[in-house]
Amino acid sequence: MSASLATQLVNLFASLLLLIAFAMLAQRRVLSLIHLFAWQGAVLALNTALVAFVTHQHHLYYSALLTLILKVILLPWILHRLIDKLNVRWDVETLVNIPTTMLIGVGLVIIGFNVAMPISHLSETVTRGTLGIALASVLLSFMMLITRRKAVPQVIGFLAMENGLFFAATSATYGMPLVVELGVALDVLVGTFIFGIFTFHLREAFDSLDIEHIEKLKER
Amino acid sequence: MALEGSQLAIALVLVGGLHWFAVGMAGLAVPQSLFWIARILFPLGALGGLAVAAGGVVALPQEPAAAILPLGLPDLPFHVRVDALSAFFLVLLGIAAVGVSIFSAGYFRAGQGTAPGLLCVQYHVFLASMALVLVADDAYLFMVAWETMALSSYFLVTSNHRMPEIRRAGFIYLLIAHVGAVAILLSYGVLQAGQGDYVFSSMRAHAPQGAWASTAFVLALFGFGAKAGLLPLHVWLPEAHPAAPSPVSALMSGVMLKTAIYGLLRVTFDLLGAPQWWWGVLILVLGLLTAVFGAMFAAVQTDMKRLLAYSSIENIGVVLIAIGLATTFRAYSMPLLAALALTAALYHCINHALFKSLLFLATGSVLHSTKERNLGKLGGLVHSMPSVAFFALIGALAIAGVPPLNGFVSEWLLLQAFLATPSLPNSYLNMLIPLGAAALTLSAGLAGYVMVKFYGVIFLGQPREPALAHAHDAGWLERLGMAWLVAGCVALGLLPLKIVAILDPVNSLLLAQTLSETAGRSGWLFITVLAPERASYSPLIVFCGMLSVVAATFLAVRFRYGGRVRRSDPWDCGHPGLTPRMQDTAEGFGQPIKQIFEPMFRIERQLPTPFDERPVYRATADDHFWYWAYLPVARLTERVSRWIGVLQHGRISLYLLYSLATLVVLLLVVS
Repeated sequence: MSASLATQLVNLFASLLLLIAFAMLAQRRVLSLIHLFAWQGAVLALNTALVAFVTHQHHLYYSALLTLILKVILLPWILHRLIDKLNVRWDVETLVNIPTTMLIGVGLVIIGFNVAMPISHLSETVTRGTLGIALASVLLSFMMLITRRKAVPQVIGFLAMENGLFFAATSATYGMPLVVELGVALDVLVGTFIFGIFTFHLREAFDSLDIEHIEKLKER
Repeated sequence: MALEGSQLAIALVLVGGLHWFAVGMAGLAVPQSLFWIARILFPLGALGGLAVAAGGVVALPQEPAAAILPLGLPDLPFHVRVDALSAFFLVLLGIAAVGVSIFSAGYFRAGQGTAPGLLCVQYHVFLASMALVLVADDAYLFMVAWETMALSSYFLVTSNHRMPEIRRAGFIYLLIAHVGAVAILLSYGVLQAGQGDYVFSSMRAHAPQGAWASTAFVLALFGFGAKAGLLPLHVWLPEAHPAAPSPVSALMSGVMLKTAIYGLLRVTFDLLGAPQWWWGVLILVLGLLTAVFGAMFAAVQTDMKRLLAYSSIENIGVVLIAIGLATTFRAYSMPLLAALALTAALYHCINHALFKSLLFLATGSVLHSTKERNLGKLGGLVHSMPSVAFFALIGALAIAGVPPLNGFVSEWLLLQAFLATPSLPNSYLNMLIPLGAAALTLSAGLAGYVMVKFYGVIFLGQPREPALAHAHDAGWLERLGMAWLVAGCVALGLLPLKIVAILDPVNSLLLAQTLSETAGRSGWLFITVLAPERASYSPLIVFCGMLSVVAATFLAVRFRYGGRVRRSDPWDCGHPGLTPRMQDTAEGFGQPIKQIFEPMFRIERQLPTPFDERPVYRATADDHFWYWAYLPVARLTERVSRWIGVLQHGRISLYLLYSLATLVVLLLVVS
């Protein structure tokens, strides 16, 4: 495979990732959100495998496999179970002012690209052009975390942010050392479990998954 | 396997430390069995103390020896090193630990706060961490051991954690310990001088100069002063010592405060190069204030352990005075006088380790037998607890500086060092520092006053409460532990020349000067300061003189009134119905001090009116520093937190927005 084709494919995947990030920002339904998350993981795994193939970085194959298992199969499955148990499969969240959110998101993408520009110039990787996208998707997921009111979408926002970070690592330096990646994967898994337990307790205590109820817990 | 002397020392110390650690962990095996913990593990712990002390004795005359432990983080191993300075403090730790551990074997009872197994772990980890502090040769191991020491002693202090005032005392202790630890950490940060190497040998080779050296010194003085109880940072001592079980108070006061002295000596005399003259003056002035303050407050206390805690503050002040003098002399290149002052400091350290541990142990026995800490409810215990009374008497005489016991020797050496200050080349200093001798004498006199009060109110007179009639003497293990410390007090008092010779390697290490030669100029019987015509002291002659006077009086009385003993009530001035409540009380005894030094205390009195049905008199003498230094800081902290609290709304999305905004702003700044 020629280098230019590889670069184009990597760019394609990157733009898909950004598109999915925007879609998640605007998606109201919990179920679709999980699907989008799974798709994002799939794109990420494909992209990692592609980079591994082009650059002969063998440890990236493991990363890709790990991503596939964890983010495409295991985590979506856990999330599906979670929304089944909580009986929120068909929930629709009322989002305030999607156009404004999208506009702010566009602003964040611009910031991401601006910040990534000097780093991309320093980098020698085939993926250097996509660092801006990676940063932008991190910021977009963060944005999603802020705008969501319910517990499960917040969990998904957190996981999506981790996806963005992973993508940033791949595009800037061909991934983190495998030890670090394994550690992060474990963290994400454990984090999801904790969030799951937390949401159950939230519901038990307040009979709702609305994060607003936690505001009562503040000091004073 | 034949080990060189210095390697043998390191091995002994490490074995002792590991032994302590293992003994502590063995306590977890059967955490509820008092027999296993008290009768087996604590005496085993005393063996560890012997090993550590032996290691110190072996290492004292040797060249420094270093080793690298295969522990710590990858690429960052622990360095250990035993030189004369750490060897001396190891001896101190080991000897005190033996006595306290034997005592503890008989002391700890069931059903008091923490389970005995946990107590055993905390106690032995505390001992092991102190040994590690003394042998650490890099800032990393030093801080790890230092913090372990602070934490384990915190848990020991709060072993009766169900009482709120004990939790409060523990919190104050932990707070000040951590503020101090931060200062020490910063001091090491300055000392490594940009080398990025925290091994002490590298710090020694690249000692900072000028203002940086002073910064490192002031930070170290602050940090170690917080642990030692230097004046504005002393407030934790009178809270933590009464809260802790007595053997723990004994170790904290007797040994842990000395680790702070060790750290200060290590930084000031070893790691930093040549001192500046004002360092010594700063230590000296703070030490004088601390000594006088501690003695004055000890005189007005009514809780026996608080009294001893303030007395510890006073003694630390005395040690710091000696260190201040030594630093000043060293700054003016007068090594012989510096060696004299440093010897006084070290001598007083080990003295204090012995007699203060002894007195705290004695209070422990009294506390167990009477359940009472308040001096106003004790009295007359010399009849029911004769052996404890005897041991406490020796300790009280020693701490009051009465010859021929050990307290006299170190205070005498220190005063001699003071008398040499007029030879300082700086005209202001050689006029002003001798005035400090007056303050030192004042504090020594007050210390004597305090001990008369301590001993007299607890052991002499009539029992103030009927319950005291059932007081019983301490068990044999407790007595053995106290006897060990008493033997140390007597030996240190009678053999000063020998002790000075043992201490001399520390002088030659830190000052390249020995003292034992000049000290022995008048023969083996006397200890001589600088020159025979100047001052000499022979404890043996004093002791024999005392013995002969006592024996002569005894024989004379015996001869004159032999066999004609008549017992009768003492004359009661014709007053019918004397009660024990008519004796002089602790408050009454401290009253003159309270009157004379009234501005030094924050006194609140509650006086009864003539018409009160039930007249109540209450007077408290508080510490000004609470109101001058600590409460303003606490109020400021509260106000600042209230401002910051404005940011806190309890909405997760808002918090996340803060994070996002911070992230974006930082990204924009770097790009």
